[in-house]
Amino acid sequence: MKKNRRSFLHFAGGAGAVFIAAATGLLKTGIAWSAPWNKNAFEAKAVAETLKGLGASNLIDSKDISITAPDIAENGAIVPVAVTSRIPNTQSIAIIAEKNPFPLAASFDILAGADSYVSTRLKMGQTSDVRAIVKADGKFYTASKEVKVTVGGCG
Amino acid sequence: MADPMKIRATLQGDIADVRILMRHPMETGTRKTATSVVPLHFIQSVIVQHNGRTVLDAQWSQAISRDPFLGVRVKGAKIGDKITVTWIDNKDDKRTDEVAVMAGS
Repeated sequence: MKKNRRSFLHFAGGAGAVFIAAATGLLKTGIAWSAPWNKNAFEAKAVAETLKGLGASNLIDSKDISITAPDIAENGAIVPVAVTSRIPNTQSIAIIAEKNPFPLAASFDILAGADSYVSTRLKMGQTSDVRAIVKADGKFYTASKEVKVTVGGCG
Repeated sequence: MADPMKIRATLQGDIADVRILMRHPMETGTRKTATSVVPLHFIQSVIVQHNGRTVLDAQWSQAISRDPFLGVRVKGAKIGDKITVTWIDNKDDKRTDEVAVMAGS
Protein backbone atom coordinates (compact mmCIF):
# COMPACT_ATOMS: atom_id res chain seq x y z
CA MET A 1 0.00 0.00 0.00
CA LYS A 2 2.67 2.44 1.03
CA LYS A 3 4.83 1.48 -1.88
CA ASN A 4 2.01 2.35 -4.27
CA ARG A 5 1.73 5.71 -2.69
CA ARG A 6 5.47 6.35 -3.00
CA SER A 7 5.41 5.58 -6.67
CA PHE A 8 2.27 7.66 -7.15
CA LEU A 9 3.96 10.63 -5.51
CA HIS A 10 7.09 10.11 -7.49
CA PHE A 11 5.07 10.01 -10.67
CA ALA A 12 2.82 12.91 -9.73
CA GLY A 13 5.78 15.00 -8.67
CA GLY A 14 7.01 15.30 -12.21
CA ALA A 15 5.27 16.17 -15.41
CA GLY A 16 2.81 13.36 -14.64
CA ALA A 17 0.74 15.56 -12.32
CA VAL A 18 -1.22 17.16 -15.10
CA PHE A 19 -1.79 13.83 -16.76
CA ILE A 20 -3.08 12.27 -13.55
CA ALA A 21 -5.30 15.26 -12.88
CA ALA A 22 -6.78 14.98 -16.33
CA ALA A 23 -7.11 11.22 -16.14
CA THR A 24 -8.83 11.07 -12.77
CA GLY A 25 -10.71 14.32 -13.01
CA LEU A 26 -10.34 14.63 -9.26
CA LEU A 27 -7.85 17.44 -9.20
CA LYS A 28 -8.88 20.56 -10.99
CA THR A 29 -5.45 22.08 -11.03
CA GLY A 30 -2.19 20.23 -11.48
CA ILE A 31 -1.24 19.79 -7.85
CA ALA A 32 2.34 18.73 -7.44
CA TRP A 33 2.78 17.41 -3.90
CA SER A 34 5.91 19.21 -2.88
CA ALA A 35 7.55 16.36 -1.01
CA PRO A 36 6.86 12.69 -0.38
CA TRP A 37 5.45 11.81 3.04
CA ASN A 38 8.32 11.95 5.51
CA LYS A 39 8.35 8.27 6.49
CA ASN A 40 11.53 8.49 8.58
CA ALA A 41 10.17 11.26 10.79
CA PHE A 42 6.61 9.92 11.07
CA GLU A 43 7.61 6.34 11.86
CA ALA A 44 10.18 7.33 14.48
CA LYS A 45 9.30 6.10 17.97
CA ALA A 46 11.57 8.38 19.96
CA VAL A 47 11.67 12.17 19.86
CA ALA A 48 15.39 12.20 19.02
CA GLU A 49 14.74 10.07 15.92
CA THR A 50 11.81 12.28 14.95
CA LEU A 51 14.02 15.35 15.04
CA LYS A 52 16.61 13.52 12.95
CA GLY A 53 13.90 12.65 10.43
CA LEU A 54 12.86 16.28 10.24
CA GLY A 55 16.48 17.31 9.79
CA ALA A 56 16.18 19.47 12.90
CA SER A 57 19.31 20.07 14.94
CA ASN A 58 20.67 22.81 17.22
CA LEU A 59 17.19 23.65 18.46
CA ILE A 60 16.84 27.16 19.84
CA ASP A 61 14.22 27.77 22.56
CA SER A 62 12.01 30.60 21.39
CA LYS A 63 9.44 32.78 23.10
CA ASP A 64 8.15 33.80 19.67
CA ILE A 65 6.30 30.51 19.28
CA SER A 66 2.94 30.25 21.02
CA ILE A 67 1.26 26.92 21.54
CA THR A 68 -2.43 27.11 22.37
CA ALA A 69 -3.55 23.87 23.98
CA PRO A 70 -5.56 22.98 27.08
CA ASP A 71 -3.71 22.49 30.38
CA ILE A 72 -5.91 19.49 31.03
CA ALA A 73 -7.49 17.49 28.21
CA GLU A 74 -10.32 15.34 29.46
CA ASN A 75 -10.54 13.46 26.18
CA GLY A 76 -7.21 12.43 24.69
CA ALA A 77 -8.91 11.66 21.37
CA ILE A 78 -9.52 15.36 20.69
CA VAL A 79 -6.87 17.73 21.96
CA PRO A 80 -7.08 21.09 20.19
CA VAL A 81 -3.61 22.46 19.46
CA ALA A 82 -2.79 25.70 17.65
CA VAL A 83 0.72 26.96 16.96
CA THR A 84 1.60 30.53 16.02
CA SER A 85 5.12 31.51 15.08
CA ARG A 86 6.16 35.15 15.17
CA ILE A 87 9.63 34.29 13.86
CA PRO A 88 10.22 36.04 10.51
CA ASN A 89 10.40 33.81 7.42
CA THR A 90 8.81 30.80 9.09
CA GLN A 91 9.06 27.92 6.60
CA SER A 92 7.53 25.04 8.49
CA ILE A 93 5.83 24.10 11.74
CA ALA A 94 5.92 20.56 13.13
CA ILE A 95 3.85 19.36 16.09
CA ILE A 96 5.17 16.59 18.32
CA ALA A 97 3.32 14.84 21.16
CA GLU A 98 6.39 13.57 22.98
CA LYS A 99 4.94 10.46 24.61
CA ASN A 100 2.78 9.24 21.73
CA PRO A 101 3.82 5.89 20.19
CA PHE A 102 4.85 7.86 17.10
CA PRO A 103 5.64 11.33 18.45
CA LEU A 104 5.35 13.35 15.25
CA ALA A 105 1.70 14.30 14.70
CA ALA A 106 1.93 16.77 11.85
CA SER A 107 4.31 18.82 9.81
CA PHE A 108 3.12 21.91 7.94
CA ASP A 109 5.05 23.68 5.18
CA ILE A 110 4.10 27.35 5.33
CA LEU A 111 4.44 28.81 1.85
CA ALA A 112 4.25 32.44 0.77
CA GLY A 113 0.66 33.61 1.23
CA ALA A 114 -0.09 31.76 4.46
CA ASP A 115 0.22 33.18 7.94
CA SER A 116 2.59 31.22 10.19
CA TYR A 117 -0.32 29.76 12.13
CA VAL A 118 -1.89 26.33 12.15
CA SER A 119 -4.66 24.87 14.24
CA THR A 120 -5.70 21.24 14.44
CA ARG A 121 -6.77 18.50 16.85
CA LEU A 122 -4.55 15.66 18.05
CA LYS A 123 -4.92 12.29 19.66
CA MET A 124 -2.76 11.92 22.76
CA GLY A 125 -2.18 8.62 24.53
CA GLN A 126 -1.09 10.12 27.85
CA THR A 127 0.01 13.26 29.64
CA SER A 128 2.92 14.69 27.73
CA ASP A 129 4.66 17.77 26.46
CA VAL A 130 3.40 19.05 23.13
CA ARG A 131 6.38 20.46 21.28
CA ALA A 132 6.42 22.73 18.26
CA ILE A 133 9.44 22.79 15.95
CA VAL A 134 9.59 25.87 13.74
CA LYS A 135 11.99 26.15 10.83
CA ALA A 136 12.81 29.72 9.83
CA ASP A 137 15.66 30.85 7.59
CA GLY A 138 17.11 27.33 7.79
CA LYS A 139 17.34 27.43 11.62
CA PHE A 140 15.20 25.40 14.01
CA TYR A 141 13.33 26.92 16.94
CA THR A 142 11.25 25.14 19.54
CA ALA A 143 8.74 25.63 22.34
CA SER A 144 6.67 23.20 24.38
CA LYS A 145 3.62 23.04 26.58
CA GLU A 146 2.50 20.28 28.91
CA VAL A 147 -0.97 18.83 28.35
CA LYS A 148 -2.39 16.59 31.07
CA VAL A 149 -4.54 13.84 29.60
CA THR A 150 -7.09 12.18 31.84
CA VAL A 151 -8.42 9.63 29.32
CA GLY A 152 -6.04 8.48 26.57
CA GLY A 153 -7.11 8.66 22.96
CA CYS A 154 -5.28 5.78 21.37
CA GLY A 155 -7.79 2.99 21.94
CA MET B 1 -15.62 8.30 -2.63
CA ALA B 2 -14.86 10.18 0.49
CA ASP B 3 -17.39 12.42 2.18
CA PRO B 4 -17.25 16.15 1.40
CA MET B 5 -15.36 18.56 3.61
CA LYS B 6 -16.94 21.51 5.34
CA ILE B 7 -14.87 24.59 4.62
CA ARG B 8 -15.51 28.12 5.78
CA ALA B 9 -13.33 31.05 4.76
CA THR B 10 -14.16 34.42 6.29
CA LEU B 11 -12.30 37.65 5.69
CA GLN B 12 -10.79 39.44 8.71
CA GLY B 13 -9.03 42.53 7.38
CA ASP B 14 -6.94 41.17 4.50
CA ILE B 15 -6.57 37.73 6.07
CA ALA B 16 -8.93 34.89 5.26
CA ASP B 17 -9.58 32.74 8.31
CA VAL B 18 -10.04 29.27 6.85
CA ARG B 19 -11.60 26.46 8.90
CA ILE B 20 -11.74 23.01 7.41
CA LEU B 21 -13.54 19.98 8.77
CA MET B 22 -12.78 16.73 6.96
CA ARG B 23 -14.66 13.46 7.28
CA HIS B 24 -12.22 10.63 7.85
CA PRO B 25 -11.96 7.75 10.35
CA MET B 26 -8.22 8.38 11.00
CA GLU B 27 -7.65 4.82 12.22
CA THR B 28 -4.43 4.43 14.20
CA GLY B 29 -3.97 0.78 13.30
CA THR B 30 -4.10 -0.20 16.98
CA ARG B 31 -7.84 -0.04 17.67
CA LYS B 32 -9.38 -3.47 18.21
CA THR B 33 -12.87 -4.71 17.53
CA ALA B 34 -14.15 -7.95 19.10
CA THR B 35 -12.49 -10.04 16.42
CA SER B 36 -9.73 -8.08 14.74
CA VAL B 37 -7.56 -5.00 14.65
CA VAL B 38 -8.82 -2.10 12.51
CA PRO B 39 -6.15 -1.42 9.88
CA LEU B 40 -4.21 1.84 9.68
CA HIS B 41 -6.17 4.37 7.63
CA PHE B 42 -5.37 8.06 7.85
CA ILE B 43 -4.93 11.25 5.83
CA GLN B 44 -1.26 11.70 5.00
CA SER B 45 -1.18 14.96 3.05
CA VAL B 46 -3.35 18.06 2.89
CA ILE B 47 -2.84 20.96 0.51
CA VAL B 48 -4.55 24.36 0.84
CA GLN B 49 -4.59 26.61 -2.21
CA HIS B 50 -5.53 30.25 -2.60
CA ASN B 51 -6.66 31.08 -6.17
CA GLY B 52 -4.74 28.02 -7.39
CA ARG B 53 -1.51 28.81 -5.54
CA THR B 54 -0.47 26.43 -2.78
CA VAL B 55 -0.13 28.25 0.55
CA LEU B 56 0.01 25.33 2.98
CA ASP B 57 1.34 21.82 2.45
CA ALA B 58 0.70 19.58 5.44
CA GLN B 59 1.84 16.06 6.24
CA TRP B 60 -0.03 14.20 8.96
CA SER B 61 0.31 11.09 11.07
CA GLN B 62 -2.42 8.89 12.50
CA ALA B 63 -2.27 11.06 15.66
CA ILE B 64 -4.57 13.65 14.11
CA SER B 65 -8.09 13.24 15.53
CA ARG B 66 -10.91 11.49 13.74
CA ASP B 67 -12.84 13.84 11.41
CA PRO B 68 -9.85 16.19 11.33
CA PHE B 69 -10.01 19.92 11.85
CA LEU B 70 -7.52 22.27 10.22
CA GLY B 71 -7.36 26.03 10.68
CA VAL B 72 -5.16 28.24 8.50
CA ARG B 73 -4.94 31.95 7.76
CA VAL B 74 -4.40 33.12 4.21
CA LYS B 75 -2.85 36.54 3.73
CA GLY B 76 -3.76 39.04 1.02
CA ALA B 77 -7.23 37.57 0.47
CA LYS B 78 -10.31 39.28 -0.96
CA ILE B 79 -14.01 38.42 -0.95
CA GLY B 80 -14.72 35.88 -3.67
CA ASP B 81 -11.18 34.44 -3.73
CA LYS B 82 -11.09 30.67 -4.14
CA ILE B 83 -9.81 28.45 -1.36
CA THR B 84 -9.24 24.87 -2.47
CA VAL B 85 -8.40 22.01 -0.12
CA THR B 86 -7.19 18.57 -1.23
CA TRP B 87 -6.32 15.59 0.93
CA ILE B 88 -4.96 12.14 0.16
CA ASP B 89 -4.85 9.21 2.57
CA ASN B 90 -2.64 6.14 2.91
CA LYS B 91 -5.06 4.14 0.73
CA ASP B 92 -4.76 6.72 -2.05
CA ASP B 93 -8.30 7.93 -1.48
CA LYS B 94 -8.57 11.64 -2.25
CA ARG B 95 -10.98 14.50 -1.89
CA THR B 96 -10.94 18.10 -3.19
CA ASP B 97 -13.39 20.81 -2.16
CA GLU B 98 -13.49 24.51 -2.90
CA VAL B 99 -15.16 27.57 -1.34
CA ALA B 100 -15.15 31.31 -1.96
CA VAL B 101 -13.96 33.72 0.72
CA MET B 102 -16.92 35.41 2.46
CA ALA B 103 -17.15 38.67 4.35
CA GLY B 104 -16.37 38.28 8.05
CA SER B 105 -18.82 39.29 10.72
